[in-house]
Amino acid sequence: MELLDSNVDLKELQKLQGHADRVWGLAWNPAPHNCGGASAMLASCSGDKTLRIWQMGPTHRFDCSTILEDTHTRTVRSCAWSPCGKFLATASFDSTTAIWKYVGGDFECVATLEGHENEVKSVTWSSSGTFLATCSRDKTVWIWEVQPGDEYDCVAVLQGHSQDVKMVQWHPLVDVLVSVSYDNSIKVWAEDGDSDDWHCVQTLNEGSSGHASTVWSVAFNSSGDRMVTSSDDLTLKIWDTSSAISQTDTEGFASWRHLCTLSGYHGRTIFSAHWSSEGIIASGAGDDALCLFVEEKGNSIEEPSYRLLLKKEKAHDMDINSVRWNPKDQRILASASDDGTIKIWEVREIS
Amino acid sequence: MLSHPTLMTSTEHPYSLEELKVVSEDSIEVDDKLSHVRVVFTPTVEHCSMATIIGLCIRVKLMRSLPSRFKVDILVAPGTHETEASINKQLNDKERVAAALENPNLLEIVEECLSPSFQTWT
Repeated sequence: MELLDSNVDLKELQKLQGHADRVWGLAWNPAPHNCGGASAMLASCSGDKTLRIWQMGPTHRFDCSTILEDTHTRTVRSCAWSPCGKFLATASFDSTTAIWKYVGGDFECVATLEGHENEVKSVTWSSSGTFLATCSRDKTVWIWEVQPGDEYDCVAVLQGHSQDVKMVQWHPLVDVLVSVSYDNSIKVWAEDGDSDDWHCVQTLNEGSSGHASTVWSVAFNSSGDRMVTSSDDLTLKIWDTSSAISQTDTEGFASWRHLCTLSGYHGRTIFSAHWSSEGIIASGAGDDALCLFVEEKGNSIEEPSYRLLLKKEKAHDMDINSVRWNPKDQRILASASDDGTIKIWEVREIS
Repeated sequence: MLSHPTLMTSTEHPYSLEELKVVSEDSIEVDDKLSHVRVVFTPTVEHCSMATIIGLCIRVKLMRSLPSRFKVDILVAPGTHETEASINKQLNDKERVAAALENPNLLEIVEECLSPSFQTWT
């Protein structure tokens, strides 16, 4: 039976406590078995300057297995796992990005990426494993190439945003990068086939049916032909590309168009949105609520549209900063909040 | 509750007493049911960075005084500042506020402004 047609609820499975300050970001390990055979691993980063790793035990409960501290000197804002699951990148307000490697049951800091002039807001690992990208209040996006021996070379410093860049996210299938900013725009970056130069291939701003205020997050669906952005303008926007994903030339990725705007569901800034492999969009906002959306099944003549599947008011006691679906179990969702906690949820069908 | 906040400092701080004095008909709206507070303040000084610092002080004061359930919006009074949209955007971007408060110099200024010996809330 298809989830998308039935009624669902969101069951709180567990509340993870331990961080001493707001939790800003979350990342599920895409290959936890490569870290000592773990069944599920969730990384969380906080204003308390630490990163915590929560591991699922035999009773299906999460326990904090590692605390990475004494490295960053300010808030750790964002974290991301490499596709192989053995490396974790942490981005901090201290203007650095640290790379941690799983070595014999522990995580060691093997590299520190420096260069941004001020706070790093986001870090993302390409699915090819070749690239990392970071972005900062310094208005730039940096692309780093992963080299053997835990070396990271900066291959591009991308200028174009006129303000603070809030988040960067690699496309799930090809090495195309999207950045979102305090300047209200969304930018798509790709490598020029001939010159290996990275440049902006598309800008989506208010004129292109884009956001009217700061864009806080971007996430792709699993097939990479849609993305969702969330904003301070209280909306979520869904974008579609008709390009064939197998195309490697840049023109294929300059064709994102606005598909749908979801408004009226959140009363405050929407800090995060994430797309499950099953196609459910989760959003978390400053109104402490968590929403789930799915594509409206309907007649194929009309433009695709999305409907609210569920709204969980007071999902947390304070702002929700991040929502992330477990890539290994598509009904499991994690949320992180200013209240210092992380919650693990399960989407269940109800009769 | 809070009315006519007046911020004064008399330290070796670069900002003079006159610059920091905020004589304002501040409006503070509280909606307890919705856990929402809105503060509209009138900086008497046109200088942009002062308005931002004053707004930051108000935010920190409220953060420390109010229960955590409250959502606070801080705005400069319309028409009082050329770059008010830009100031409002910064003051209400919690990530920018959080990063600013991790800056030891800025935090020191805020702490001075809020310190009991230097400020009076009537």
